[in-house]
Amino acid sequence: MPSNKSLSDAPITQFVNCRILKDHRLQREDLWVREGKILNPEKLFFDEEGFADHKIDCGNKIIAPGFIDVQLNGGYGIDFSQASDDIIGGVALVAKKILEHGVTSFCPTLVTSPTVIYHKVIPEIRVQDGGPEGAGVLGLHLEGPFISKEKKGAHPAQFLRTFNAGVVADLMETYGHLENVAMVTLAPELANSGAAIRELAGRGITVSVGHSMADLSQAEEAVQNGASFITHLFNAMLPFHHRDPGIVGLLTSDRIPPGQTVYYGMIADGIHTHPAALRIAHRAHPAGLVLVTDAVTAMGLPPGRHTLGQQQIDIQGLHAYVAGTTTLSGSIATMDMCVRHFREASGCTVEAALEAASLHPAQLLGMSHRKGTLEYGTDADFVVLDDTLTVRETYIAGQQVWRK
Amino acid sequence: MRLVILDDYDLASEWAAKYIRNRIIQFKPSAGRYFTLGLPTGSTPLGCYKKLTEYHKNGDLSFKYVKTFNMDEYVGLPRDHPESYHSYMWNNFFKHIDIEPQNTHILDGNARDLQVECAAFEQKIAAAGGIDLFVGGIGPDGHIAFNEPGSSLVSRTRVKTLAKDTIVANARFFGNDLSKVPTMTLTVGVGTVMDAREVMILITGAHKAFALYKAIEEGVNHMWTVSAFQQHPRTIFICDEDATLELRVKTVKYFKGLMHVHNQLVEPTLSVKDYTD
Repeated sequence: MPSNKSLSDAPITQFVNCRILKDHRLQREDLWVREGKILNPEKLFFDEEGFADHKIDCGNKIIAPGFIDVQLNGGYGIDFSQASDDIIGGVALVAKKILEHGVTSFCPTLVTSPTVIYHKVIPEIRVQDGGPEGAGVLGLHLEGPFISKEKKGAHPAQFLRTFNAGVVADLMETYGHLENVAMVTLAPELANSGAAIRELAGRGITVSVGHSMADLSQAEEAVQNGASFITHLFNAMLPFHHRDPGIVGLLTSDRIPPGQTVYYGMIADGIHTHPAALRIAHRAHPAGLVLVTDAVTAMGLPPGRHTLGQQQIDIQGLHAYVAGTTTLSGSIATMDMCVRHFREASGCTVEAALEAASLHPAQLLGMSHRKGTLEYGTDADFVVLDDTLTVRETYIAGQQVWRK
Repeated sequence: MRLVILDDYDLASEWAAKYIRNRIIQFKPSAGRYFTLGLPTGSTPLGCYKKLTEYHKNGDLSFKYVKTFNMDEYVGLPRDHPESYHSYMWNNFFKHIDIEPQNTHILDGNARDLQVECAAFEQKIAAAGGIDLFVGGIGPDGHIAFNEPGSSLVSRTRVKTLAKDTIVANARFFGNDLSKVPTMTLTVGVGTVMDAREVMILITGAHKAFALYKAIEEGVNHMWTVSAFQQHPRTIFICDEDATLELRVKTVKYFKGLMHVHNQLVEPTLSVKDYTD
């Protein structure tokens, strides 16, 4: 072929014989990638008279945007809430391993911890792009310590905190600094939480309600102050009651400011939530469902006893418990398992299951112009899946970073 | 002329595609000698483009040494608007085949100087050695490309303002909102198409029947510009039964009687696989 009149010398790759998730549907279209972004082939054809340098035959598999996990506490023996000697190395190890699950971006999550841990760990975990070394870090998810005593779940009681009048001072004193923080989970019934929510939201940090005894009106007020997420719906909150729906009622609340969406995390591992409850939530508010793993240190490890935060946990099969109790201590499911389970349990379409793990978390974090879709110009982070929704290949910035 | 009548739209589309395929393969195009094809847009040729794509995907037809010239494009519509003819050609044809981008030519309705753009298009056709086969359709008002009633039968590529009929016919592509339909286009002239060595007109559907009648059973008339092809040495009209509804029974019977001759043009259907040099 004569020389390519492209605007750039960078090689162009065309993925053919595939079905891509675009405009909420799986479509028989080719996927074009150049310089780490999804390329518009029509523009390439007419404006640049360009063509592909490499064609890759996908064997009629599915291409979906890379999965985004906004609640991941660690894995493979690494616990993000521990001030180990090599925090960066620990995050990198997990980031690399989760490529196998189709996760291309994630939020390392810190559970309730003492101030000294926050001050040590937060500065070390930076926002960074993914690549062959591992999934990208979108920012930290700080789950606690401003949460409810009664709904602490597996979080250590001695490190819980409340807000004093000087909310900003509290936040800074607790966390050290808020650079590289993508999300904070707090309990909105705590006094002065409104000011905290406004402060965090004002800094572009996603605020989530969770580990809370709040009733619906307290939760609605939190949303009006800027909260936009519910941390693992149903878990660590009051159960739905028909006269006071609690936080669960946000899914169908009529007090959400227009133009705002409340997203909610679901651990679809078949353990944390009964499939019927998953279906109720999904049917009530399908656009807000965000799949999360809430995976803990033991994810990826064999059965036995391991450490999470300042506590010990027991692995038994697919279950992880606070040692010696029957309180669930996070999950050991992987994101691709969650996608498959969600689809099976809810009977939703393949597109909906894939979007719950990609588009919705990207929208939640305000990043859907770059991540979570296969729109032209967005980052070329994607996964190649077969029809059982098993991840076969993972790509970040157009480069293959893992294959089965 | 040849008038080829098939039972329905799908058969007509397939016959037309086979004809184009045979023409290209018989020509044996190569790097030094391209086959030049004039192409239409609209709903009529969609079936034909699908078939041509199928032939390409089966390995029977290549567009590597084919140059294309589209008939027209809207003025002022952004090139990536879903209803632009650039979008149409990309989505319905170019993205599915192996044609090289620099071998495709579509008028630029956003050019700074539209007259210069039109003159340049005529020059590009001349530089390519003229058109071997110009494929076109017919409007309900008998127009070829956007040569609306009253267009000179010796016209060249130029800017045309659309007739009300055409704007109304196109409204369905713009959400039935007349205000959104472009009112001007760049179009090849009747004379431009007449210069092609061969012309193929696709006409399907009952709503085109009257136009077909006017084009082939009445005189050459600038109010029905497709009638100009009565004076072209090599024109083939391909239509379905519905498009013949306004023709005389005698005309239809005559040409149907010739189908065994016409079919020799498409059977056997050739394949590039048979020409491995």
